[in-house]
Amino acid sequence: MDMTITKMLAGALDQATPALEIKGIHKNFENFSALRDIDLTVRQGEMLCFLGPSGCGKTTLLRIIAGLETQTSGSIVQSGRDISWLPASERDYGIVFQSYALFPNLTIAENVAYGLVNGRMRKAEIQARVAELLAMAGLPTAGGKYPSQLSGGQQQRVALARALATNPGLLLLDEPLSALDATVRVRLRAEIRRLQKQVGITTIMVTHDQEEALSMSDRIVVMNHGVIEQVGTPMEIYERPASPFVANFVGKVNVLRGQALGGKRFRVGQLEIECEASEGSFRLGEDVSLYLRPEDRVAEHLEAGTPYRLGVLVNKVEFLGGLCIAEVSAEALGGQSLGLHFSLNQMHDLGICEGRRIDIALRASRIRVFSTGRDPA
Amino acid sequence: MTTATLPARGRAAPRQRWSRDEWIARAMMLGAMALLLTFLIAPLFSILVNAVLDKEGHFVGLAHFSAYFQTPSLLRAAFNSVWVALAVVLVSVPTAFVCAYALTRTSLPGPFKATVRLIALIPLLAPSLLSAISFVQWFGNQGVLKFLLGDFSIYGAPGIILAEVYNTFPHALMILVTALSLADGRLYEAAAALRTPPWRQFLTITLPSSKYGLISACTVVFTYVVSDFGAPKVIGGNFNVLSVDVYKQVVGQLNFSMGAVVGMLLLVPSIVSFSIDYTVRRKIKAQLTARSVPFTPKPRRVADALLALFCVGVCCMLLATIGMALYTSVIKLWPYNLTFTLDHYRFALFESDMADAYTNSLKVAFVTAVLGSVIVFLGAYVIEKTRNLGWMRNAMHLMAVLSMAVPGLVLGLGYVMFFNHPANPLNFLYNTMAILVISMVIHYYTSSHLTAVTALQQIDNEFEAVSASLKVPFFKTFLRVTVPVCLPAILEIGRYFFVVSMASLSAAIFLYTPETILASVAIMHLDQAGDVGPAAALASLIVVTSVVVSVLYSLATRVLLARTQAWRHLRRG
Repeated sequence: MDMTITKMLAGALDQATPALEIKGIHKNFENFSALRDIDLTVRQGEMLCFLGPSGCGKTTLLRIIAGLETQTSGSIVQSGRDISWLPASERDYGIVFQSYALFPNLTIAENVAYGLVNGRMRKAEIQARVAELLAMAGLPTAGGKYPSQLSGGQQQRVALARALATNPGLLLLDEPLSALDATVRVRLRAEIRRLQKQVGITTIMVTHDQEEALSMSDRIVVMNHGVIEQVGTPMEIYERPASPFVANFVGKVNVLRGQALGGKRFRVGQLEIECEASEGSFRLGEDVSLYLRPEDRVAEHLEAGTPYRLGVLVNKVEFLGGLCIAEVSAEALGGQSLGLHFSLNQMHDLGICEGRRIDIALRASRIRVFSTGRDPA
Repeated sequence: MTTATLPARGRAAPRQRWSRDEWIARAMMLGAMALLLTFLIAPLFSILVNAVLDKEGHFVGLAHFSAYFQTPSLLRAAFNSVWVALAVVLVSVPTAFVCAYALTRTSLPGPFKATVRLIALIPLLAPSLLSAISFVQWFGNQGVLKFLLGDFSIYGAPGIILAEVYNTFPHALMILVTALSLADGRLYEAAAALRTPPWRQFLTITLPSSKYGLISACTVVFTYVVSDFGAPKVIGGNFNVLSVDVYKQVVGQLNFSMGAVVGMLLLVPSIVSFSIDYTVRRKIKAQLTARSVPFTPKPRRVADALLALFCVGVCCMLLATIGMALYTSVIKLWPYNLTFTLDHYRFALFESDMADAYTNSLKVAFVTAVLGSVIVFLGAYVIEKTRNLGWMRNAMHLMAVLSMAVPGLVLGLGYVMFFNHPANPLNFLYNTMAILVISMVIHYYTSSHLTAVTALQQIDNEFEAVSASLKVPFFKTFLRVTVPVCLPAILEIGRYFFVVSMASLSAAIFLYTPETILASVAIMHLDQAGDVGPAAALASLIVVTSVVVSVLYSLATRVLLARTQAWRHLRRG
């Protein structure tokens, strides 16, 4: 066979081989199971986030991938190589911890060079590599300083440079931003994402912050109680949550009680709603919960024929700056109340204030329906 | 848990392969465990065995125990030990509490507090015999203040109580200072805002918050007194206590079985108070939250003056005790010839048949300091920083803290029974300097271990994970990062080992030979032979040595730390 074709094939195969294939991972601690039946495929070069509340098992899963924790059963294959039972030091990854774990008694340059010294590189080469990494991290002159002389955000970037120094095939980030101030956090979000794209390294990040996950990742894995609730792009997760838990955990959501009328039709109060986005099948008359995001309402240019139009009473207004939340209740919905988002301008234009009655229309196409038994506690 | 969540059985569940690093770490762990098993657990076990065997080695069950409990004189010793220890607790702990309160909760000047603290710690540097010798000089048959006692004799319980109050005072003080300095200023501000009078603040905030410290101090003092051997031997006269009984049974009557029985009994109060202390100390740690605001004392004229006066009084008594020993060592013969002389030092160091004692002590203390800090730190490191050790971790930690609960006398007795056994392959250790060093390392293992653990817990837990991900062997990270970062703690452990093994008597009393005799043992023999001057000289030498070494050590470490710990004092810039 022609050499170039072989190479091209190998390249194509390389692209097709997932960066990580996780199959049937279970983790039992003494008397509870931290992870159950985790199946996941991580694509080459993507940024994947494990998102979930504390105790959902996301960090345990990351530590199992790193070999710092051992799964009870299940397998992990990294780029075609079975690493399930390999010790941490024989796997191929770089890791950044929440605490950064920078060596306090070594300079920044020594920290970044820590893994290079081992690799039989010549001194000049190491120096050049360290300089390159520090420049990439935006800290070209920090080499001679000690970690305690840097701010939290700077230490963060040094930890990242150290993790990337040996050109690992996988980057693991364990809550990398949670120890930082809110403003620094937002800036570093963009910076980590830029670095990740620049290097093109497959990255898994653990976070409990939905904004972080939504803004940084190619795909999000939402976890709860040791199982994966949903895997998808940030948009999919937000717009089409697969479970009540996901709908509640990512973004704000209103829950309306209703009954199934067959097909995609449901009754809420006196209102009959056709929900195109509902996926499950429900028994006739079954109690269901309709999940509606606060922004999924129409308030302007309403006409007599606008579907699902209803009059509501504004009970309370919470002012949050550019965005406000109006808590309204509607007789048409059997008196159930909703929190709706309005921009400050809309608040003025539509004259929304406590005690006022206004007209809105629900965006029924966005409503997700789940049977009431599945509501999270 | 339902069976559905369990992995498929049938084949053995796979396990993570161990890397070379993990093999090394586990080998180190096994080494440390073997050390503690051989030199702590096995000797204790052989005491137990000896307690149920007769002289020919036949099993006799609890016969020795029942014989013990039917001998009124022996039983009285146990009773004496307990009530004397309680008496010491009742004097030592309240005194230490008042001083600790003055040191932590008053606005007395800093230098004053530092001086009081320094003087209060002096008893730690001396063997427990020193105070007893000193009190004999003050109140004994020829004592300066004998007239104060009238017909009352210092020999026996009163002397033991006095000497032990002196010996235990710094222990109680250190614990109570720690407990009282953990004050949350916000509580006092809230109380003041509610117009709570100071006495009620003391009763409702200060006392309850130092409760655990008080319990801990009481148990530590109690255990110290029950297991101390030096003071009752010198000043106890005919007043029998458990610790002296062990010595008498074993060294005097060669009755190993009965010695073992008394040794077991000696373990009981130690283990009980150790368990109390251990649970209580954990609570002290948990008491203060990160949000607490440090308490800043406000000046209170009368109270501060009274407290200062109290501290001065206590310091005077402490100084009078050590001072009398120093004085005795440089005068010809108390109370007849008070001319200055260095004869006692010459005799103790060159002329007596125990002239090697001082240099032996120096050697043992030095080797213990070096070997002890290496072993303890390595042991603590593998416990703290190796993953997935499971039961090994708990077993090792338990053994490491258990050593504190074993009185030195009992440990020494165990060594006699275990290593002197002809069938023991380690028999060659017996009668060597090495066994003295090992007994010191084991006897003082716990405090050093806890110091090392605290230091290790303060550094980031993920250093090992990071180096594994960077393919750097863990021992390289250990040498390049962990040791330099923990250097202050390691040096402190070394100093501690030196000072305590210089003064230690109780374990060595069973283990020395004429060639390996230690200074503390020699002091005891000199005193028994009536050579009080040389005994005092040797005791003073130990104190002076420890002081000089501590001072030199802190100078040397200051230089060393300045060179290696520069990163600690840098500011963001």
